[in-house]
Formats: sequence, C-alpha cells, structure tokens
Amino acid sequence: MSIVLIVAEQQPDGALRKASLNALTAGSQLASAAGAELHAAILGKDVSGLAQELAGYGVKAVHVANDAAFEHYLAETYAPVIAELAKSISATFVGSASTAFGKDLMPRVAAHLEAAMATDVVAVSGSGSDIVYTRPMWAGNVVAEVKLATPVQVFTVRPTEFEAAAQSGSGEVKTFSPTVPEVKTRFVEFQEVKSARPQLTEADVVISGGRGTKGDFKEIEALADLLGAAIGASRAVCDAGWVPNDLQVGQTGKVVAPKLYIAAGISGAIQHLAGMKGSKTIVAINKDPEAPIFQVADYGLVADLFKVLPELREGLEKLKS
Amino acid sequence: MKILVTAKRVEDAESKIRVNPEGTGIVKEGLKYKINPFDEIAVEEGLRLAAKHGGEVVVVSIGGKEVQEQLRHALAMGAHKAVWVNHEGELDQLGVARLLQKVVEQEQPELAILGKQSIDDDQNQVGQYLATFLGWGQATFASKVESLESEAEKTKQPGIIVNDGKVTVVREVDNGLATLEVGLPAVVTTDLRLNLPRYASLPGIMKAKSKPIQELTPSGLGVDVTPKVVVQKLSPPPERKAGIKVEDVSTLIDKLRNEAKVV
Repeated sequence: MSIVLIVAEQQPDGALRKASLNALTAGSQLASAAGAELHAAILGKDVSGLAQELAGYGVKAVHVANDAAFEHYLAETYAPVIAELAKSISATFVGSASTAFGKDLMPRVAAHLEAAMATDVVAVSGSGSDIVYTRPMWAGNVVAEVKLATPVQVFTVRPTEFEAAAQSGSGEVKTFSPTVPEVKTRFVEFQEVKSARPQLTEADVVISGGRGTKGDFKEIEALADLLGAAIGASRAVCDAGWVPNDLQVGQTGKVVAPKLYIAAGISGAIQHLAGMKGSKTIVAINKDPEAPIFQVADYGLVADLFKVLPELREGLEKLKS
Repeated sequence: MKILVTAKRVEDAESKIRVNPEGTGIVKEGLKYKINPFDEIAVEEGLRLAAKHGGEVVVVSIGGKEVQEQLRHALAMGAHKAVWVNHEGELDQLGVARLLQKVVEQEQPELAILGKQSIDDDQNQVGQYLATFLGWGQATFASKVESLESEAEKTKQPGIIVNDGKVTVVREVDNGLATLEVGLPAVVTTDLRLNLPRYASLPGIMKAKSKPIQELTPSGLGVDVTPKVVVQKLSPPPERKAGIKVEDVSTLIDKLRNEAKVV
C-alpha cells in the first residue's frame, strides 16, 4: 500500500505547530484519494511526546527521531533524514504545511528524492497515483491544476484551506535513529517577535492597517484587544518599518483566512488581496471610494479610519455589555 | 568573490493577469515584462557584495531571446557578464535547477543568490533544489533587521555578511528572524526586505550594451528539461460576491451582528 508521509513541525516553544494538523487533514484527503496510508514524521531534540500527540490524529504511524542535532531546525540536516525515511517506508507522497519551515525544507527533500513538487496546495483530487493538486499562481490571480510526473510526489499545503485534523484513533509510534549528516551550516539565533495576540495565520479575527494609518496603530490595537484579534499590515507599512515585517498580509507575506477581516486604510494592491481574499467576511474602511479593496469587501465604509475605529470599538463594547 | 545571480523574466507585478478561454495559459496581450522582483533584489545584493568585497556578478536567465531584455537590465544595474540559456517552451523548477547547476559548475561562483520565488509560478523551490543538487548549504528568505526606509539601507551596504569563508544571513521566518551561518559555497534566496534595488543609470545602460552575453542551450548542457510538474488546467479564482457600502458605523455593526453573524 502506498504511503502519504506528512512532516510535522515543532514550534520554538516546544509545542506542536497547529498548521501541522491542517497538513494532516490534507494528507488524509490525499490518502483517501490515492488509496494510501497516512503516516507522520517529526524530528527534534526530544519530541517523543509530540510523536505521541500526533499519533492521536488519525495516522497509521508516526516516525520520530530524537537527536541533539535536531534541536535547531536546519534544512541540511532534516532533508536527507526525511528523504531516507521516505525511501525506507516507500512513501509515494511527502508533504507538510506551507510554513517557513515547510517551504524551506520540502524542496530540499524533493531534490533528494528527485521528485517534482507543488507548493501552497489548496485542494487535492484524483485517484491512485494520478493525483491532481490545485494551487494558486500569479499571486492568486490564477488557479492551476497540476500533476507531478515523478515516482515520488512532494507538496506543501496552505493551512488555511484545510481544517485542523480532529483527534481519532491511535497510531503506532516508531522511533528511528538516523545518521545525521555533518554540515557547514550553523544555527546562530532566533529573534522571536513576541505577542500576546493570536497568531496571524490562526486567528478568527484579523485587523490590518495600511498607509492610511500613517504608522499610528493605536486604534487598531485597541480594537484588536477588544475582539481578541490578530493584527496585520500591508506591505507598504512593513517596508516603512512602522510595524514588524512578520505582520505583512499578502502573497509575499502571510496568507490569512479568518472569519472576519477588517482592512483599515488599505488601498488593496493585488498582492495584498491575494493574502486575504479567502476571509469569510471582509470589512474595508478607506477614505478613497475608488480603492480596490472595496471590490472584495462585503461591507465597505468610505470614511476616515481614525474616526471610524473608535466608534466601532465603542459600538461593539456596548454590544458586549 | 564571484557571485551568480538569477533574473527570470516575469509579468510586471502590477499587470492584470487573466486566464485565456482555453485554460491553457494567460492572456499575454498588453502585458509588460520585468525581472522577477525577488531576483532583482538578488541582483542588487550581488552588486553590493561585489562592491564591498571585490569580484564579479554573473547574471543568468533562461528562456527565449526576449529574456535578453532582463539580462541587459541586470547588466545595466552593474552585473559584469550574463549567461543566457536559450530555451523556448515550458520549464519546471527541476529543469531550471538542473540548468542552473550546470551553469554554476561552469562559472564556479562562491555564492549563488536567487529570488525566493518567481511571481508567476509562486513555487519557491529552485534555490533549494539547486543547493541540494550542488551539495551546498542554503539560507532561504534572506532579510535584514533594519527596515527599507532606514538610514542603514541608504548606505547601500549588503544585508548578507560575508566573512571568513562563511555567509551570515538573517532569515525571515514565521514569528521572527532566524540567523544562519553557512559555509561557502552556498545558495541564498532573497525575501522582499533584503534591499531596495537600484535603478539602471543612463551610463549603466550604455555600458551594458558592450557587456558579454554567453548563449547556452539545455541540450548543450546535457539537461533534459521535460517538465515533471504538468499543468492540466488554469482557471480564474472564484469571484467574491460583490459587497455593499454602508453609510455609518451603526449600520456596519448591525450587518456584522445580524447578517454576517461574526461579532
């Protein structure tokens, strides 16, 4: 029986990355289509606990390797180990979530396996080894259906397009002890952007600010506090250094799909729209009635954000009390 | 040091991209073409490194004769020479990486800098494939701590630090910045906040005309470029239902509560 192998990811705080559960759902859909078994893999310094956790999400087996060399992720140490694992279990499909980790790692895994790869997959269909991957191109302006004509197929999936896997069953945890290659690359440091707010890609509500804020995010922050929302920004705002780079929503930043997306003072460049068009409900607040953001907004308000945001916050506060 | 950079020809990021009625490609009429923005950053970074450490920048592009436009642009920015792999027709990331591998073996650079992805295919694979095929280390998504409007950027210093046979790269990853030190030779892929690329100056454009472009072909390099990523069909993304404009905040709150049911 062929195997779908999903590579899971450990967060810097030691927990399992939630996006890995979304990737498991994609893996499970692919396994059904391909008539394959779903397996997971995780590498780390001491991740047997995470392997046990993963085993509870509908997988047949979890392959885990613990080694001090895996404490800090490096593509060069992880990729050959994942590729060797894939070979040893004869996995036909190898995938992960399209996080920075997955996007860095999986092409290197694919190279070791001489495999073709599809990035940012949003849907899988087909049957047997004849699988069709649906993925965006040209910043989401085109949706492509592609096939991968190599014996092993590698992919990353957009976590926002698949539900997180639900707990079910109990797979077997298989520990393996790979030879970790000697590499000339060294992890130096990770500067984490700490925030009490939910992660941008995982929040139910996202409030984003653009040029119109002139760098003043106070009202956006206040509204985000009230709604338990994550804060996002347009590329212009990040490039200007007004907010940290990792808040950027767009094709070249984070792709988000919350239940509610509020765009304040964002004109709506194509590349920004590509990052938030999948949101369930979109609200746009902009002084310019011609701003392209209004074309994707469910509710548009042509007004000054500095006037609207406080009113919106007070109105919603009243609603809550 | 010798640095190899890439310059893929892509549709201008501001273009309106539409799928043709057959679903086999995009409508090309009226489109403008440029160097892939991520590659343009790679060219700029190569030039800054060469200015700081000495050496030369070799720019590579793959495609029909039209990609010479992008090569000339990179030469006008200051690249020293160009390699053109003449190939008409479809290519996938494996094919591109195999071709680049051959060019690297010919040119013997110490550092290859590529855009992290091209804005047409949006695959984000070639740099990693190339590094693996060469057996080199990689640092993807190169960024820097300072913003693009900072004083530091105005000094046009490279964001990638080369020292003692190693490159130190600040990578833009989820929830922060990760710093890697990679032994040379290495592959680096660029993110948007590494630098602001320069414009080509008029003297630069004049000089570029006499700079060499070496022509190669996939068959000459011995690379089979038959695509393994096979596109079945292209379609436009699902349209969002046109929304409405609301008059005031209280109407907005009412809609969010009673219609969208999200607050």
